[in-house]
Amino acid sequence: MSVLIFADNQDGKIIKSSLEAAAYGSKIAKEMGTEAIALTFGNIEGDGGLGSRGVSKVLVDSSIDALDSARLSKLVTKAAEDNGADIIIFSHDHTGKLVAPRVAAKLDCGIVTGAVEMPDMSDGFMVKKNVFSGKAIANISITSDKKVITLLPNSIQAEVTDATAEVESYSADTGEPTVKVKEVEKMDSEDGIPLPEAELVVSAGRGLKGPENWGMIEELADSIGAATACSRPVADMDWRPHHEHVGQTGVTIRPNLYIAIGISGAIQHLAGVNGSKTIVVINTDPEAPFFKAADYGIVGDAFDVVPKLTEAFKKFNADN
Amino acid sequence: MKTLVCISKAPDTTSKIAFTNNNTEFDTNGIQFIVNPYDEWYALVRALELKEAKGEGNVTIITVGKEDNDPIIRKALAIGADEAVRIDAEPTDALFVAKQIANYAKENDFDSVFAGKETIDYNGSQVAGMIAELLDWPYISLATKLEMDGDTATIERDIKGGSEAVEVSGHFVLSAAKGMAEQRIPNMRGIMAARKKPLNVVEPVEASKHTEIKNYELPPAKGDVKLVDPENVQELVDLLHNDAKVI
Repeated sequence: MSVLIFADNQDGKIIKSSLEAAAYGSKIAKEMGTEAIALTFGNIEGDGGLGSRGVSKVLVDSSIDALDSARLSKLVTKAAEDNGADIIIFSHDHTGKLVAPRVAAKLDCGIVTGAVEMPDMSDGFMVKKNVFSGKAIANISITSDKKVITLLPNSIQAEVTDATAEVESYSADTGEPTVKVKEVEKMDSEDGIPLPEAELVVSAGRGLKGPENWGMIEELADSIGAATACSRPVADMDWRPHHEHVGQTGVTIRPNLYIAIGISGAIQHLAGVNGSKTIVVINTDPEAPFFKAADYGIVGDAFDVVPKLTEAFKKFNADN
Repeated sequence: MKTLVCISKAPDTTSKIAFTNNNTEFDTNGIQFIVNPYDEWYALVRALELKEAKGEGNVTIITVGKEDNDPIIRKALAIGADEAVRIDAEPTDALFVAKQIANYAKENDFDSVFAGKETIDYNGSQVAGMIAELLDWPYISLATKLEMDGDTATIERDIKGGSEAVEVSGHFVLSAAKGMAEQRIPNMRGIMAARKKPLNVVEPVEASKHTEIKNYELPPAKGDVKLVDPENVQELVDLLHNDAKVI
């Protein structure tokens, strides 16, 4: 028996959402009195930090070099079989969404995607997940022996120890490639905190009046190392790239801090951000519905408040 | 090219979410149902555009559900799908749904299956990937662009930290995200034509269910907002540091 965690990596490092999945899977393994094994592909440096999240062994397949869902699902199911893993954990990130459903179908087992808490194993196996785009939570029971869970990024606080995991090379017959990668485009890695993983997010809306005014938003974000985001109208008018659009039909995020500037707070926007731990709203309109969902608010003009807040953050950084 | 587009019934994005029967059932009272936006705006419209560009082909929409799905099926037909299939069963488990659709796609020789990246009610992102596995076809998730050249598809997709273009040959399944196409509003001719288009109701195939929703909860209500004077932003920085502890 074991718990298998599929971990994704970038530039040799295990990505943050996968480290969270590893900590989550290790905690489940501990509760069940078994061990947690991680599986990754490509190349990683050392154990990639997986040991410090409670994983005892890391399997690395260096033969797969593309996000090929057919091959990766074969790899994961074979590794689960070889290690007697009945529970398989992914992050609910890009790669998890690509591979986890295939694995569940291959194993003919139950899956819950986007889990937000540890499963309740006291009576059966119950997993909590957000539904209706964050407007509600569902408790879902998985009734099959084998189980697949994907963990929503930024949902758990990972415990980090000094432990390291042993690293083993691993391979399985995964067949011929089914996709051919033609071109890869990475976002600016200079200020490139991927939005779904960012702990701090600064977001702005139509209240900014035009794309030329985003300089102060970027400065504010830079001052605390935050990612930038925007509301749907702003993305639709091409003021900002669509991958920055947070909301029901855009990216769903749950950062520690979400600062919304010049965004009224339509229900569709709230659905994408209401998992944020702390919400700050800056808006000229005291009646803006977003204030009802906010922890802190400033009724004021963004063009006046934002530069002042940037200065205050810079001063805070210098003092701390 | 024969394309099967999966559509799902979802509550309108402005819906207030509530539950009944001891929080075990979604309260549909007063809820306006729509075609799941990702299925409609991106998957369906792109399938139609490709068919129109080529001047031939068939776009069939499929859903798993009871007759209360018929209004959203007619809407999708009005947008331009050629025909519709409804598998007559409650869609309570993703793998159950995927098995129904995969079986239909196989028996009716479809070339590809499109779906939205997730539904806005259960936010699963599951069914399309499962269909791909059941059919043993390539699966491309979070696709933002699709071009066809003969039986070769070039697809752009979102990946961690960026995007990439991939090529697949022959059959494939994709899940569509923003960027793939623009929403189409059905016109009167489309609405009239939709009434006469075939809607085939099909009995489900045998498939077990491995998950069950036991109950729902609403997120805890937020306390009142604490307002900070715009002349004193330092107070906000202090609150974020000392009280919220997020910086």
